[in-house]
Amino acid sequence: MTGIIDYGVGNLFSLKSSFEAIGAETFVSGDPAALTQADRLVLPGVGAFGDAADKLRATGLDHFVRDRAAKGVPLLGICLGMQLLFEKGYEYGEHEGLGLLRGRVVPMADYLPRGLKIPHMGWNGLHRCRPDSRLLADTAEGDFVYFVHSYFAADCGESLAATAEYGIPITAAVEQGNIFGCQFHPEKSGPVGLAILRAFAEWKGV
Amino acid sequence: MITKRIIPCLDVRNGRVVKGTNFQGLRDVSSPVELGKYYSDNGADELVFYDITASAEGRRLFTDILTEVARTIFIPLTVGGGINTLEDFDRVLKCGADKVSVNSGAIRNPSLIPAAAKRYGDQCVVLSADVKRVDGQFRVFAKGGREDTGMEAIGWIKRCVANGAGEVVLNSIDTDGVKGGFDLPMLDAVSSAVDVPVIASGGAGCEADFVTLFQTLPKVDAGLAASIFHFGQVRIPELKRTLRENNILVRL
Repeated sequence: MTGIIDYGVGNLFSLKSSFEAIGAETFVSGDPAALTQADRLVLPGVGAFGDAADKLRATGLDHFVRDRAAKGVPLLGICLGMQLLFEKGYEYGEHEGLGLLRGRVVPMADYLPRGLKIPHMGWNGLHRCRPDSRLLADTAEGDFVYFVHSYFAADCGESLAATAEYGIPITAAVEQGNIFGCQFHPEKSGPVGLAILRAFAEWKGV
Repeated sequence: MITKRIIPCLDVRNGRVVKGTNFQGLRDVSSPVELGKYYSDNGADELVFYDITASAEGRRLFTDILTEVARTIFIPLTVGGGINTLEDFDRVLKCGADKVSVNSGAIRNPSLIPAAAKRYGDQCVVLSADVKRVDGQFRVFAKGGREDTGMEAIGWIKRCVANGAGEVVLNSIDTDGVKGGFDLPMLDAVSSAVDVPVIASGGAGCEADFVTLFQTLPKVDAGLAASIFHFGQVRIPELKRTLRENNILVRL
């Protein structure tokens, strides 16, 4: 059973529906006691890094997520949920993330060549950095997925699993041990996105 | 790089898609759920559902249908029609919409776009502008293109973007329904004036019109159409192959 973590940011309807579409049982909860029953966890999120990190801390979910991740429970962060996996975020100030992965989340505006629109919004191709990626096992080089974001994860080191080209290579997917993340929205990326969610839902563990 | 997007628009009244279709293999050609799924399975990059119902009962029905669509289709959904308040945003976002398109509601209530952008983020707020040439000027029209607001369009669109609209759908009333191609001068004026994605609407009659659009105006991000897709005059998978043959990046 996959637990989708509800901490008051964003709409979880499509995410839940997409897991249902691949036959994976899910439930949505913001209660650590209930989420302890989940054999894998999804951390979603839209909005600003600082607000979302504050909400996680205010509900104690930050400790819960770190604790479950340390116990080897598979964890998938999506969009802002992926960004929160890193050490720090620089959206309206400097904020602490969960620190599960090495790296920092920085504004695209400071890095992109001039003339590119921000947010990076639309369908972009995945360039796989690791042939052994488990999350992307059922995708092909160049498969398109749907992005909407203005900040991106930099200096991710060995967790980097895929990038998307947008003037510069933008971190698109990360994975390290039982920790996974997608900057794009798999629940909005058609059959490719569903294949990625299925790979996560069916991953047997390290 | 980001692909150009091809977006079918479905007008829904009393729970049914207005304008029949002639697709083989669809049991119910006016079912928003079936037609939406057909497009999603056949290369549409995004879907726009437009509620043209006037009654409260029809609006409830639309909301139910939207929920069903969002349960079965996993590409971005934009919803418009009858969006006048933040409660309207909330109603359609809860059903699984990703973006909400405002038109007359933003004209009547100038604080709608900034309030919605603050609550849901710029990326969620789409300005849909119906524009027509009057006395040599681009003018904004309200109420489905029936009423001249007297407002100059480029300035209005720029203000809406400055206030938080994250995307602009530009419907040219002058070319709409004519099927002689998109309104390139109007689209050029708008896409040069704003730095958010611009979606061209109104006038597409054949595949070549999309090729011309993206080749002439590289700053335009997407092409939207309704009846040419519904009636099968242009089929999206073939359109996308044609675009790719012309070196325009699309998702195949």
